[in-house]
Amino acid sequence: MLLLCALASILVVVLVGLFVFIQGYPLLTKTGFFSFLTGRDWLPGEGVFGILPMVAGTLAITLGALVIGVPLGVTTAIFLAEYAPGIIALWTRRAVELLAGIPSVVYGLFGMTVIVPLVRYIAVNWFGNLLAPEMKAGYGILTASLVLGIMILPTIVSVSEDALRAVPQAYKEGSYALGVHHWQTVYHNILPAARTGIMASVVLGMGRAIGETMAILMVAGNAAALPTSIFSPVRTLSGNIGLEMSYASGEHAQALFATGVVLFLVIMILNGIALLIARKGANDR
Amino acid sequence: MPHRQREWDRGLGMIYRLTGSGRVRILLVSLLAVLLAGGCAPADPANTINIAGSSSVQPLSEELANAFMEKNPGITVNVAGGGSSAGIKAIQDGTADIAASSRELKSDEKDGLVATPIAIDGIALVVNPENHVDNLTLEQARRIYSGEIGNWSEVGGKDGIINAFTREEGSGTRGAFEDLVMQGAKISGKTGVQNTTGSLRAAVAGDPQALAYISLGNVNDSVKALAVDGVSPESGTIKNGSYRLARYFFYLTREQPQGKTKSYIDFVLSPGGQQIVGQNFIPVADD
Repeated sequence: MLLLCALASILVVVLVGLFVFIQGYPLLTKTGFFSFLTGRDWLPGEGVFGILPMVAGTLAITLGALVIGVPLGVTTAIFLAEYAPGIIALWTRRAVELLAGIPSVVYGLFGMTVIVPLVRYIAVNWFGNLLAPEMKAGYGILTASLVLGIMILPTIVSVSEDALRAVPQAYKEGSYALGVHHWQTVYHNILPAARTGIMASVVLGMGRAIGETMAILMVAGNAAALPTSIFSPVRTLSGNIGLEMSYASGEHAQALFATGVVLFLVIMILNGIALLIARKGANDR
Repeated sequence: MPHRQREWDRGLGMIYRLTGSGRVRILLVSLLAVLLAGGCAPADPANTINIAGSSSVQPLSEELANAFMEKNPGITVNVAGGGSSAGIKAIQDGTADIAASSRELKSDEKDGLVATPIAIDGIALVVNPENHVDNLTLEQARRIYSGEIGNWSEVGGKDGIINAFTREEGSGTRGAFEDLVMQGAKISGKTGVQNTTGSLRAAVAGDPQALAYISLGNVNDSVKALAVDGVSPESGTIKNGSYRLARYFFYLTREQPQGKTKSYIDFVLSPGGQQIVGQNFIPVADD
């Protein structure tokens, strides 16, 4: 029975992958996978399909979200696991878990009304002379990364906290017995011991960041051009599909499915890398 | 991870308790029954009119369909979206009786199809109410969207960057805007893209330097519609053709409309139907 359920979930993954691939395949053979991937122009009206800008946009936004979300999330987890007194820990944890329940479209709305004007102010007043006009609208990599960084916090905090709590008490006591301070114990003993779990939290957060569509559509600017600064408006792979699917037909629709194929591959590659890192971490211990 | 496990158990327990109590269980079962019954509602194809096509026309079609069904209780009108191209495909397949279109037919789509204009929709260039610019020429609008003009001071406003926004590729509104304004020029690839009228309007409402184009029926107090070549977008100026950013909404049929399809289209063009059109769009029939 359990095996059957497990097989069913595998089947679903295979079917989704197969379906997306079959739909996108005709266009991939026509354009050529490599030129589809490295093409800089996306002009569906003229039958020109290149998704390099979207690949770059996805990577940039995901990296930005991790740069913002990981330090914030891991330090919060350390605070919760090691320092916070009961009641504060409880409420902090609840607040963070509440973040996970907010629908992404609400994050998008928040981004549009709060973070976009903020980033616009920074771009215009602090970097006004350096930036090209399209970078001063407030929609772009930085804005999307900020929104996404907040969105991946719950995942990173809860998984990292669990990992930190799972470190055997003996490690800590041994360290204290040698007269080491609390912070040094955390930094030199507990964090390294929990490294694999923390890595897992980063991978899960990254997965969410790559796939997130709605909130990013609302704040990323969605221009299909290669970004040249962190203020540049960009379009992500998932955003490209979400943006144009409703009206697309024929080749255009196939190109969007082909975008899905690439998204699928990107996620598999990143997961693979993450697995390798995790395994290496486990072996080193 | 013991802490997570506990949370899970608590959550499952709650669901179990909820569905376990008699009243909730009855509610769930009846809800399911209603859903199933709704899914199997009898539909007589002889008395059903299927409309598919442009999502810009869809809200209007729905209102018209409701009014029509009130007057003709025996006939059901189904309205679906999918885009102008999908609608045309649907009537060619025979899966729909009427295709709603927000653009002119392309030459390869024309054969055999009868286009009946049902409404006129203006496309408004909108800016933030704080923006002091009230008018753009068609030429200026084109050059802004193609990326040649980038500052409001070049078009009579205060010094400041123009943050232009556009709809996504494939949208009927974008298609009409490209035909009417761009006239062969390309919308710059660096222009910000939003895929709904609502988010375009929100982008303009939140940024004093933004510019976007939306259907005139969707303009509200949060944005300001610009005059184009000195003519402001109103039903009068659109009707007499002096406001140039306007497009027809069409109902397309495979042949001259007959039977129930004809009676529906006749209703749409009747004073009563055109009054509904006039709530958000410009009627086509003379009044």
